[in-house]
Amino acid sequence: MKSSDDKKYWSPYLAGAASGLVLILSVLVTGKFFGTSTTFVRTTGMLEKIFSAERVAQMDYFVKEAPVVDWQWMFVLGIFIGSLIAAKTSGTFSWQAVPGMWQKSFGSSVSKRAVVAFIGGVIGMFGARLADGCPSGHGLSGSVQLAMSGFVSLICFFIGGALVARIIYGKEERS
Amino acid sequence: MNTLLYGLMTGILFGFLLQRGQVLRYDKQLGALRFFDMTIVKFMLSSVLVGMAGVYFLKDSGLATLAVKPTILGGNIIGGLIFGIGWALLGYCPGTSLGALGEGRWDGLWGILGMLAGAALFAEAYPVIKKTVLTWGNFGAITLPQVLGINHWLIIILFAIGGILLFRWFEKKGL
Repeated sequence: MKSSDDKKYWSPYLAGAASGLVLILSVLVTGKFFGTSTTFVRTTGMLEKIFSAERVAQMDYFVKEAPVVDWQWMFVLGIFIGSLIAAKTSGTFSWQAVPGMWQKSFGSSVSKRAVVAFIGGVIGMFGARLADGCPSGHGLSGSVQLAMSGFVSLICFFIGGALVARIIYGKEERS
Repeated sequence: MNTLLYGLMTGILFGFLLQRGQVLRYDKQLGALRFFDMTIVKFMLSSVLVGMAGVYFLKDSGLATLAVKPTILGGNIIGGLIFGIGWALLGYCPGTSLGALGEGRWDGLWGILGMLAGAALFAEAYPVIKKTVLTWGNFGAITLPQVLGINHWLIIILFAIGGILLFRWFEKKGL
């Protein structure tokens, strides 16, 4: 199990360092730094436009982050496609509705996981927009530029996350 | 058009590497927040260390310009903590939720839907937030070298040394 896994996956150091090179190349060729959360704003704007285009056109935040497909929107779509390609070519693609760690503590109910994941998504995105970035925009691109906003946000991501992880799972170590 | 194509290609490369690095998993993200599996930290810090050297080299050579996000302590700290809460509930960040879906972990879909709803909520709250939280502690686009008043390469070298020591400690502890 372990040895076959080793061939299918790369060391996180190697995959991470290669991602750093991809970021450098992106900055050199197009001047674009990684980020993902603004894309959710643009997509929400596109969806809301279907129902009330006039209202969306007047909302401050959709004026600031217009509901259009841009570099980052395609980047986010690319993450999905890239992951799919990597999983399919290495034979590691598998449908999974409930993560293993979650299942051990909270059972295999799909709806229970869905509700918590959805709420987590709502809270997470609200926070990311308030912070003006997520782990890619602040954590990766911000830190790479030695931006204070990146470091402060990244530290707060981990503080908030570690606190809630502790509340959810308690103090026990891995079993 | 080219910009969109570059976005897609960059995303595909990044998504591919995230999958091979095993970062697109609830268990790995919560493992880091519970301090017993540092896979995502290894990935992220490796890409940051490579990225910061490359990006500052490009900047010093006049081949690229930085795009530093402003440091607004109200937004960065409060938003960062809120993001962390959502992150621990969902177990994916905005980018990794798309990637998780790509390798078949379809609980990421609940997160994506939640994040679209969270973006809608933020867009509604934005006019008030802009006048309040986003005015608290606004320092503009500042970087760590500017704040400390020292050369950026000194900081990059210190980060590299600190990072390598941290990696050695992770491996020694089996994290």
